Amino acid sequence: MLVLRGYSRLIGIFLLTLSAFIIVAPFLWVALQSFKYEIQILQGTWFTEPTLHNYVDVLWSQRSDFLKNVLNSMIVAGVSTICVLVVGTLAAYSLARLRWKRWIAAGFLAWTLVFNMIPPLTLVGPWFLIFREIGLLQSLFALVLTHITLNLPMTVWMMMAYFNELPRDIEEAAMVDGCRRIDAFWRVSLPLVAPGLIAAGVLAFVFSWNEFAVALNLTSRATATVPVAIAQFSQQYEVQNGQMAAASVLSTIPALLLMFFGQKFIIQGLTMGAVK
Amino acid sequence: MKAAAALATGGSDYCETSSTRICLAREGADEKNRQYSLWCRACAAGAPSAIWCQLMTSAESPAARRALGSITDLLDRHIGWFTLGPAILLLLLLTVYPIINVVLMAGSSIHFEAGQEVWKFALWSNLRELEHDRIFRVALRNTAIYAVASVLIEMALGLGLAILVSSMRRMKGFMRTLLIVPILLPPVAIGSMWKLMYSFDFGVMNQVVTGLGFQPVNWLGSTSLALISVIIVDVWHWTPFVFLILFAAVEGLPTEVIEAARIDGARTYDIVFKIIIPLLKPAIIVAALFRTILAFKVFDEIFLLTSGGPGNSTEVVSLYLYQVFFEQNQLGYGALLSLAIITATIVFILIGYRVKSATEAS
Repeated sequence: MLVLRGYSRLIGIFLLTLSAFIIVAPFLWVALQSFKYEIQILQGTWFTEPTLHNYVDVLWSQRSDFLKNVLNSMIVAGVSTICVLVVGTLAAYSLARLRWKRWIAAGFLAWTLVFNMIPPLTLVGPWFLIFREIGLLQSLFALVLTHITLNLPMTVWMMMAYFNELPRDIEEAAMVDGCRRIDAFWRVSLPLVAPGLIAAGVLAFVFSWNEFAVALNLTSRATATVPVAIAQFSQQYEVQNGQMAAASVLSTIPALLLMFFGQKFIIQGLTMGAVK
Repeated sequence: MKAAAALATGGSDYCETSSTRICLAREGADEKNRQYSLWCRACAAGAPSAIWCQLMTSAESPAARRALGSITDLLDRHIGWFTLGPAILLLLLLTVYPIINVVLMAGSSIHFEAGQEVWKFALWSNLRELEHDRIFRVALRNTAIYAVASVLIEMALGLGLAILVSSMRRMKGFMRTLLIVPILLPPVAIGSMWKLMYSFDFGVMNQVVTGLGFQPVNWLGSTSLALISVIIVDVWHWTPFVFLILFAAVEGLPTEVIEAARIDGARTYDIVFKIIIPLLKPAIIVAALFRTILAFKVFDEIFLLTSGGPGNSTEVVSLYLYQVFFEQNQLGYGALLSLAIITATIVFILIGYRVKSATEAS
């Protein structure tokens, strides 16, 4: 690879340190604000005695339902991730291994691509009317359904890439030995694409946890997810800056945990297909 | 390796080919597939995989076994529809049907009377409204500016960072770990974090600006600056994504080419601009496409930071859709806008597809 020497190496190190600082600094500053009283934030004081006041307020005060929101987010992200993995992996296997008529396979893939590219808000209007019609508006079930749909294209495309990397002979050998197609899938192929399942699952969970546009319009106060709650903190008449900071910091915890424990899979998922 | 694959997939005669032979041919052929060859070794050693299948169907009682067997038989016979069916059903119910609904809604005006939807035919008035809709045009223009500016800046920064990090001996893993964080944070949290930072009175941005001896800047409140401020947030959020893709590509480049160039006396500048960047072209195109799509869909951050204001200076397409649908309750007209955007997206995909196949052909 490229090797820098002398001054250019120093400049390179300086630039890298600077960019690392720029990435971290906003987060640290906001975390710092979350440990201050409102008046100290407004005065712009830098060093104060830290207080947990904001966190206590966000988590346990009468006015906020943050714990309820976390629970909602957990349910929606967890259930939709499991469902999208099942549906998406089956579909990916089907498209990668079974013989489909060309127009079905091409049509399916093209449609998922188009759907992945249009802004979700174009469909939120009709979703609103449809769910209203069948009485599911403002229910977690409706939100789970939409999140499965939103993450389906990504899951199908990713899992297809993993299945395509497996040589067909493995499965065919198993079938020659007497496995049926379904056993070959369950016993042979599926364990071999486990890394792909984890990568797709982690990303689907994160996207569902972060999703805001649909959740904003299809939930009520009782079913609001974490992003909706954060938005409400900043939309109130009397903006509570400290609570806003505390809620933002709290909402990043799952992402930080995943970064530490699932880093390899996230990088694999995000960069796959782009680098070949 | 290729011979083995051909043996296995070579039409009708693969039934006669014993799996053991395939496995023996495959064994050790591919370093990457060590896991499979482990399995292959097992079957070569006389442990047929049929044992697994028996394991699967061997329930306790014969009756349960028969029931399970018939279910798996059914699944096996119609495996195509059992695997692809759920996904098709989901897409039909939650994307195709709503889009048909969008088409119907686009020609109507919908309002609620006593909890009931009332639909009236209003295609012409909706079209007339679209024709005179100044805000929609502003939103389109802002989205275009936003997408082009943020993607260009992110590509430049991401590419620079990727090459720089790959040239370092240490810090590679550290930088990569650090740079994943913004991608995974909820966009809403990023919006509210930057809203605090942009605050005119106490935000850290103005503390820095006044610390340097300038007048405080009204980041989100001035019509000329708001769009730029929003683009800065987007650059902070998504440059790491571009970096990740391009860094993986840089690490995958053949080192011999660069070594050879250096031995021939090429300068760093030439290596970067005449070797590395041309070799990265496919990855650069993919990263730019991904980012353009995401930039086109932007909603969360802008909703949090400015809600389209001041005036319409940060109004973007998604935000305008939200306002028409859910603040002005014009479901019919909103559907017409959605239809226009969906059509525009499909046209964009077709153009992108042409460009991609054209660059691949050349």
